[in-house]
Amino acid sequence: MKVLVPVKRVIDYNVKARVKADQTGVDLANVKMSMNPFCEIAVEEAVRQKEKGVATEVVAVSIGPAQAQETLRTALAMGADRAILIQTDQDPEPLAVAKLLAAIIGEESPDVVIMGKQAIDGDNNATGQMLAALLDWPQATFANSVELSAGNAKVGREVDGGIQTIDVTLPAIITADLRLNEPRYASLPNILKAKKKPLDMKEAASLGVDTAPRLKVVKVTEPPKRGGGIKVENAADLVTNLKTAGVL
Amino acid sequence: MAVLVIADHDNASLKDSTHKTVTAALALSSDVDILVAGSGAKAVAEAAGKIAGVRKVLLAESDALGQGLAEAVTAVVVPLMSGYDAVLTPATSQGKNFSPRIAAKLDVAQISEIVEVVDASTFVRPIYAGNALETVQSSDAKKVITVRATAFKAAGEGGSASVESTGAGDGAPKTKFVDQQLVKSARPELAGAKIVVSGGRAMGSAEEFQRVIDPLADKLGAAIGASRAAVDAGYAPNDYQVGQTGKVVAPELYVAIGISGAIQHLAGMKDSKIIVAINKDADAPIFQVADFGLVSDYKTAVPELMDALAAAGK
Ligand SMILES: Cc1cc2nc3c(=O)[nH]c(=O)nc-3n(C[C@H](O)[C@H](O)[C@H](O)COP(=O)(O)OP(=O)(O)OC[C@H]3O[C@@H](n4cnc5c(N)ncnc54)[C@H](O)[C@@H]3O)c2cc1C
Repeated sequence: MKVLVPVKRVIDYNVKARVKADQTGVDLANVKMSMNPFCEIAVEEAVRQKEKGVATEVVAVSIGPAQAQETLRTALAMGADRAILIQTDQDPEPLAVAKLLAAIIGEESPDVVIMGKQAIDGDNNATGQMLAALLDWPQATFANSVELSAGNAKVGREVDGGIQTIDVTLPAIITADLRLNEPRYASLPNILKAKKKPLDMKEAASLGVDTAPRLKVVKVTEPPKRGGGIKVENAADLVTNLKTAGVL
Repeated sequence: MAVLVIADHDNASLKDSTHKTVTAALALSSDVDILVAGSGAKAVAEAAGKIAGVRKVLLAESDALGQGLAEAVTAVVVPLMSGYDAVLTPATSQGKNFSPRIAAKLDVAQISEIVEVVDASTFVRPIYAGNALETVQSSDAKKVITVRATAFKAAGEGGSASVESTGAGDGAPKTKFVDQQLVKSARPELAGAKIVVSGGRAMGSAEEFQRVIDPLADKLGAAIGASRAAVDAGYAPNDYQVGQTGKVVAPELYVAIGISGAIQHLAGMKDSKIIVAINKDADAPIFQVADFGLVSDYKTAVPELMDALAAAGK
C-alpha cells in the first residue's frame, strides 16, 4: 500500500507570531520555521503503517519555497522513502494546495493520503476535506486512531462530545488530530540517511493548475489586548473581586 | 442575495451556535434560510423556524445525514447552492468536517472561522493561533464560510418560519458509520457555557482532575475544560480541550487551574470576559491574560475557594 503525506513548512509552534507594522501580514523574517505539528503526526502515522508492514512506500510532498526541502528532509529522516517538492514562492490558499496535490496524486496513485488536520499559520482546517472533494474520495478527518487494511480504513475521529468511528473505502483522505500518535525525533544516523533519499523538484506552474488566490488580504492587524489584571491575595479576595465584577 | 445557514444539532436538539451563525448571516442578507440535515430531526427543524429573522427551514433526512457524514451533507448542500449566494456553518467539529468539502465542490475558497462581517464579501478571521486578525475580501461568486460562534450574539426567538422537506441526496456510499462514543454529562456544554473551569497538567491524574475540578464546576454551575496536556495524559476526554486546535470558548468567567497559558491554550479562551488563573508559578504566562491571578498551589487554593464561595452563599 502506497501512502502519500503532504507536509507544510510553517512558523515554529513555540514562536509567537508578530504582525508587521504595515499591516500586510505576519513577520516571518528570521523566525524559526518547522514542520507543521499536525503534519509531523501524519508522517509518524505513515511510517508506523510501514513498520507494521501495512504500507510499502511513504511519499512526502510539500508545496512551498526552496526552503521547504528542509521540511521534506525531516520527513525523510522520520522514515519517509522519497519526497517531492512542488516549488512556489506564492503562499497558495487551501483550495490551490488541494488542486496541486490532486495533480500529484494523479501521477502517484497512492492508496491513501494521511495529512494534518490544520496548519498552525492559516488555521484553516480545510485542505484535506477539499482534496477529498476534488478527487471524490471519502474523508476521515480529525483521526485519533487508524486501522488500514486492503481496501478500507477504520478511523476513530475526535468529534464534539467524544469519538466517532467510521470505515472508509480506499483510496481515501485521512487527516490527523493531536492524539493519533506522538511523533518521533529523527536519530542522527537517520538524518544522515535522509540526505541520500530521493527528493524531486517540480515547479507548481508545470502542473497546469489554477492557483490564483480567491481571497484578497485587505489587512492583518493585532488582536485587541486584554487590560492588565491584578494578583489577589487569597481565595476570599478572589470571590470578592468576582462579585464586584458581576460574574458570580 | 440569499444565505443558507446549516444548523448545528444532534438530531434531538438545536444548538445555540446556530442562533449565533444566523446573526452572522443576517449581516450579509435579510433572506436567511436554515438547513437541518439529520435523521428524526423534525423537532430541530421546528426549533430552527422559531429563530427570529429566518425566512424558511429546509429539512433533509437520511441515516447518513443523521450520522453527520461529510459526503452526505455535501451532496445535499451543493445542489441547493444554485439558490444561495453564501452558506454559513458554525465552526464546530461537524461544520469543519463538511464545509470545506462543499467549498471545493463549488470551486470556491472557504473563509474559515470568521469573527466579524465587514460587508457581504469582506470578513475578519483569526490566524496564527489568534495572534493576528486577517481581513479578507472574497472574489468568489458564492461564499462558503464557517463562523466562530463565540464572536456573535445569538439571534432571538420569535420567528415563525415554515419547514419544507428537501432532497436527502445520495448519502455517503464510500463511508460506513461504525459507532459513536459520546461522553454524557449533566453539566452545561463547554462551547456555550457562562462559566468554564479548566484543569491542566498540574492535576497529575484523571482521579485528581475529577476530585479538584468537578466539585468546583458543580458549585459554579460551570462547564469543564482542559488543556491539551491534560487531555493527552488522559486526565480529561478529548472534547474538553480548549485552544487553537480544540474548542474556542468565551464565557463570562473562565477559571484556569494549573494551566501555564501556552499560546495554543490562550487562543481558545482569551476572549472570555473575566479570566481567573490559579497557578503556583508567579511567572506563568497565563497571568498575563488573567484579570485575577492567585499565585498558589491549587491543592490549598481550590479548597479555600470552595469555602469562600460557600461563605458567599454559593
Ligand atoms: C499543534 C499544537 C496544537 C496545540 N493545541 C493546543 C490546544 O488547543 N489547547 C491547549 O491547551 N494546548 C494546545 N497545545 C499544547 C500547548 O502548547 C501546551 O503544551 C499545553 O497547553 C500545556 O498544558 P498545561 O498548561 O496544562 O501544562 P504545563 O504547560 O505543563 O503547565 C502546567 C502548569 O501547572 C502549574 N502547576 C503545577 N503544579 C501546580 C500546583 N500544585 N498548583 C498550581 N499550579 C501548578 C505549573 O506552574 C504550570 O504553569 C498545542 C500544541 C501544539 C504543538
